[in-house]
Amino acid sequence: MQIQQLSIFVENKSGRLAEITEVLAAARIDIRAISVADTSDFGILRLIVNKPDEAVAALKKAGLTVSLTNVIAMGIDDVPGAFSKAMRILADIGIDVEYMYAFISRKSGKAYVILRVKDSKKAVNALSSNGIQILTAEEFYGM
Amino acid sequence: MQGNYFEPELECASREVLHYIQSKKLVKMVERCYKHVPTYKKRFDEMGLLPGDIRSIDDIRKLPFTYKTDLRDTYPFGMFAVPKEELVRVHASSGTTGKQTVVGYTKGDIDVWARCAARCITAAGGTKSDYIHISYGYGLFTGGMGIHYGAEKLGATAIPVSTGNTKRQIMIMQDFGSDILCCTPSYAMYIGETMRDMGVDPKSLKLRAGIFGAEPWTENMRKEIERLLSIKAYDIYGLSEIAGPGVASECVMQHGMHINEDMFYPEVIDPETGKPLPDGEYGELVFTCIGKEALPLLRYRTKDICCLNHTACECGRTFVRMEKPRGRTDDMLIIRGINVFPSQIESVLLSLGMAPNYQLVIDRVNNLDTLEVQVEINEDMFSDTVRDLEDMSRKISNALQSTLNVVAKVRLLEPKSIPRTDGKAKRVIDNRKV
Repeated sequence: MQIQQLSIFVENKSGRLAEITEVLAAARIDIRAISVADTSDFGILRLIVNKPDEAVAALKKAGLTVSLTNVIAMGIDDVPGAFSKAMRILADIGIDVEYMYAFISRKSGKAYVILRVKDSKKAVNALSSNGIQILTAEEFYGM
Repeated sequence: MQGNYFEPELECASREVLHYIQSKKLVKMVERCYKHVPTYKKRFDEMGLLPGDIRSIDDIRKLPFTYKTDLRDTYPFGMFAVPKEELVRVHASSGTTGKQTVVGYTKGDIDVWARCAARCITAAGGTKSDYIHISYGYGLFTGGMGIHYGAEKLGATAIPVSTGNTKRQIMIMQDFGSDILCCTPSYAMYIGETMRDMGVDPKSLKLRAGIFGAEPWTENMRKEIERLLSIKAYDIYGLSEIAGPGVASECVMQHGMHINEDMFYPEVIDPETGKPLPDGEYGELVFTCIGKEALPLLRYRTKDICCLNHTACECGRTFVRMEKPRGRTDDMLIIRGINVFPSQIESVLLSLGMAPNYQLVIDRVNNLDTLEVQVEINEDMFSDTVRDLEDMSRKISNALQSTLNVVAKVRLLEPKSIPRTDGKAKRVIDNRKV
């Protein structure tokens, strides 16, 4: 149920994102989802890729600080109100969202949301028992 | 306790015998200084001192001090006491704290230095059958060649790897079976971190000990190196003006560094008044090179702050021990009128369980000094949330402020982004134009 997200520490230096993603390109890694959290001094690049272990190895070899974090991916209908409904489910059981990012798929007509919460298991149970699709790692990496 | 000694008759000599040796050498040295070094002749004459006034090592306090500026003022060879026919080598300081200083050696000096370095390697458990992996820089810097000659003098096998190409260093350790690593402590950390990143288990290596020096390091850093490399880490002390690495080093007891005092006579003085201090009191370390020919410095002010201990050591050596230097009289920074030592920043980071990979950037903005402490992040410190990282910055900043009494801005850097030259990390960048 859990999806492995790569988090990479990035100094705020021009060209750094290009350099880091070139490492992934050279290792033939396909990026599934990406987001950057930024502060004035540094950023955290968050990635979901098709081959997380290979990606971590390549990035570490390039001298980067990488960690793997478990996140959940939910698929919701791409219609007004679908996302707020999911957030309401989490809010009602007291789960805070640390961060999230999302993208939509024209093919399936769905929106996919990556969520980082403290208690993934509890979140997954609540969402799926309310009929919200939770993607497996294989489903997501192979998308 | 039985230990390994390279020259037991000297290293374990009685204090009376040592006193005799030191006195004899000092008397000869003073005569030579007066005769061959104009700076000393002038100073003696000004003081009304004659070489004959020095009859034993107890008279050393009558002698004038020598300062780094004396070497600079007579740059490059003005303090040498031998004609160039007798010189066989020169080295030079890196010049990071001003104009470089040049030091010279006769054949006899090289031998003295090699013997001292061999004693140090032996004190750390090294033997003839060991491979000594030398990752100090080779060149004008004394580190590489100093240990190298010591290893050969001992009869061990020197592997002159020098610095850089860390992956290759690790490969050599694996393939050649290096037993003892010699380099700067910061480079030892770097090798350990690289080993971890490469997935090399340090326990799979033959490496069992390391002899580290040429820059300040702490007990916590020792533990970190011992953990990362799975070895025992020994401290070695030296400075080019006196010889190079091998002036003093730890024995297996690891309770202070034995000074090779039959060659380099130490004193600890009050840096303000110049008065000698008793054992246990901190002051400036001063050396007289009683065993040297080419550059026989009298009471050379090292600027290192430490204390001496003449009590007997369980290892059997009688040589006086010096504590690890606590700082330098000149690495003190004054930030907003407050004295700050880089070693304090290191202690703060270590007390927070962080690797001491840092750099200080000092600037002056609108007539106010600013201190930025840049800290390299590693995997143990990293988190995927901004909040955790910002909390960590704040924690470092608060700890620094309570220790230093200076506001410090903390900036997190990617690993290995602080440049290391010759394995020495540059710790301070002072951009103030004062």
